Amino acid sequence: MNYRNISLFGMIFVFLIIVGFSQSWNVAFGLLNLCLLSAIMALGVNIQWGYAGLFSIGTVGFVALGGVAAVVTSMPPVEEAWRTGGPGILTALLTATVTIIAASQIWKRVPAGILRNILMIVVLVGGFFLFRAMLDPAAAIIEKINPAGEGYLGGLGLPVLFSWLVGGLFAAGAAWVIGKISLGLRADYLAIATLGIAEIIIAVIKNEDWLTRGVKNVIGIPRPTAYEVDLQQSETFIKNVNWLGMEVIEASSLYVKFSYGILFVIVLAIILWMSEKALNSPWGRMMRAIRDNEEAAEAMGKDVTKRHLQVFILGSAVCGIAGAMMTSLDGLLTPQSYQPLRFTFLIWVMVIVGGSGNNWGAVLGGFLLWFFWVEVEPIGHWILSILTSGMAEGSSLKEHLLDSAAHMRLITMGAILLLTLRFAPKGLIPEK
Amino acid sequence: MDILHALIVLANFIIVPAIAYGSQLALGALGITLVVGVLRFSNFAHGETMAFGTMIVILMTWLFTAMGLSIYPLPTALLALPFGIIGCIAIVLLTDKFVYKFYRKAKSTPVVLVMASLGVTFIMNGLIRFIIGPGDQRFADGARFIIKARDFKTITGFKEGLAIKVTQSITLVTAIIVVAALFWFLNKTRTGKSMRAYSDNEDLALLSGINPERVVMITWIIVAILATIAGTLYGLDKTFKPFTYFQLLLPMFAAAVVGGLGSPVGAIVGGFVIAFSEISFTYAYKKVFTYILPTDWAPTSLVQLLSTDYKFAVSFSILVLVLLFRPTGLFKGQST
Repeated sequence: MNYRNISLFGMIFVFLIIVGFSQSWNVAFGLLNLCLLSAIMALGVNIQWGYAGLFSIGTVGFVALGGVAAVVTSMPPVEEAWRTGGPGILTALLTATVTIIAASQIWKRVPAGILRNILMIVVLVGGFFLFRAMLDPAAAIIEKINPAGEGYLGGLGLPVLFSWLVGGLFAAGAAWVIGKISLGLRADYLAIATLGIAEIIIAVIKNEDWLTRGVKNVIGIPRPTAYEVDLQQSETFIKNVNWLGMEVIEASSLYVKFSYGILFVIVLAIILWMSEKALNSPWGRMMRAIRDNEEAAEAMGKDVTKRHLQVFILGSAVCGIAGAMMTSLDGLLTPQSYQPLRFTFLIWVMVIVGGSGNNWGAVLGGFLLWFFWVEVEPIGHWILSILTSGMAEGSSLKEHLLDSAAHMRLITMGAILLLTLRFAPKGLIPEK
Repeated sequence: MDILHALIVLANFIIVPAIAYGSQLALGALGITLVVGVLRFSNFAHGETMAFGTMIVILMTWLFTAMGLSIYPLPTALLALPFGIIGCIAIVLLTDKFVYKFYRKAKSTPVVLVMASLGVTFIMNGLIRFIIGPGDQRFADGARFIIKARDFKTITGFKEGLAIKVTQSITLVTAIIVVAALFWFLNKTRTGKSMRAYSDNEDLALLSGINPERVVMITWIIVAILATIAGTLYGLDKTFKPFTYFQLLLPMFAAAVVGGLGSPVGAIVGGFVIAFSEISFTYAYKKVFTYILPTDWAPTSLVQLLSTDYKFAVSFSILVLVLLFRPTGLFKGQST
């Protein structure tokens, strides 16, 4: 860390303080929390791209899996659904697992040939029909139970902090499957495969109501922090707030945001510390050697595909953790909000702009770009209203332009990516 | 008789739509595969290229309709197609000049080019949304059906109808003409041969005096033509929505990979493989089984393998199967 980098980080905090004074501290802390989350996601992508040069564009899928983890671990179980449909769902999932294991065993043990192909097809097709035959009735039963409020299995009722780890595990599992298939082939196959798995994960979350209530959203996911309502009734809290001379309602939501902020800082610090340690260890040097020259590293006896798989899983897990954290911050799971633009592309731009290969760079990119992302729309609107000020009031072109300000985000982010890639490919804080 | 009815149902709901969709995918996948073959990277902006060309076609269609031009019973969009192609060629050549050329000269790894294409995707997508908006646009005019389901029933006396939309037949005819022209170009003309030579072995092609920049330019022009036609046909057949075109990337890539990246014949075959699988896996076969099974065996459920929301899962699974078992694709494309 030199003075330049410290001043870059300082600049962001100055921005946040300006927002705090000019708008409100609530807004500033809300921004800070999302900056922290973005930084964690950016670290995840940096592990994949910066360390190993893996181009994965399925970040949104891994983030969404984290969100599912938050629901599945921390929501209270719907007793009736578990009793009536639970066994069916569990046997269906067991069937699917057994089918996949059986298929992979056949693949490994039976010698290549027609026999193996026939066996594979029989096992996979049979397994699929068995899976559907068990899942469908169970899902139908579950979805009928109080559809307005429940209609899903609920979760395990475990502490929500635990779900952050589970989110990482879910994402790691998905990454393992994808990595196994597409790593070791040409580089862009990973990109295509991750693009596909992300679309599928989101389709599942949107459509499998028994798991995530689909587009009906899951609300009221437990928090790791206090609730505003409780704070506003707690006498000690009111006393302390009065002593500070703040309003109780504002102070309570500030307190909640602040506690989230502290938790996020802790997670970010742990992940950042581990990433730094990993990057500067023999393992990190090997990764960079593989990235810079695969043939040479392979000639030195490094198992490139295996290392790639490892680093791909690690990076995806970090994105999954961030996804679970984000869902527990929002307190709700809204499948429609998982847009590739917001969760894949934006994170990529963060990494590239911040400095790929450098953990601090990724963190900086996460902070800076999130800030920018929030501000682009008002700025775009402002620019367009200046540009269109000469046009007649109520002209359709003017209205069209002003309405389109929201799409400025896409254009600006694309332009930032292309410009950085071309003129400053090392980013703001280059790799050492 | 019942078997015949079942076949008509299948033709109406699977075969006819899949042929149209397959032709659209094939044209899209051809564009992707040509870029892979000549420029050696996977162009993630291909869906957006299609959408951009289609957008200009739509704007021109609106202009022509406002002027009262029409080629009834064909959709006006066919008249606007050349303008869309010109606009698309312009934007594609501009992106090449300002974005891809630099990395080509610098001999960057394909991954960097792929990433640049992602940046292009978002700028183009933003431009499209900026100009025409993110919503659905229907621009198919002219006659809608060649045969309506009801007419088919009265003419033939069958209980089931078979409808063929004008857009579906236009899709097929156009696709056949375009593909024939493309293969004639690639196999018979000097320029086409130099393109194939460059795709097969860059160094040898350069040694024999082929101008790489010219090959690249012609490739982009062909890609723009194919993309605009594919996008317009898809938009005529369904509707135009920018996000849908982005999502078409997955089935198109799957088609190109199934056929073998870099192989034009493969891309066409892949397009139909993907289209037929996608539609036949997500179709509810209840009616078909009601016809062919004895009455008391008739199914009570929809007999649908996957809900239509999972159509991506079908293209994805096929992609995965190909990657696992035959990474070079059916027609031996590039694999590493």
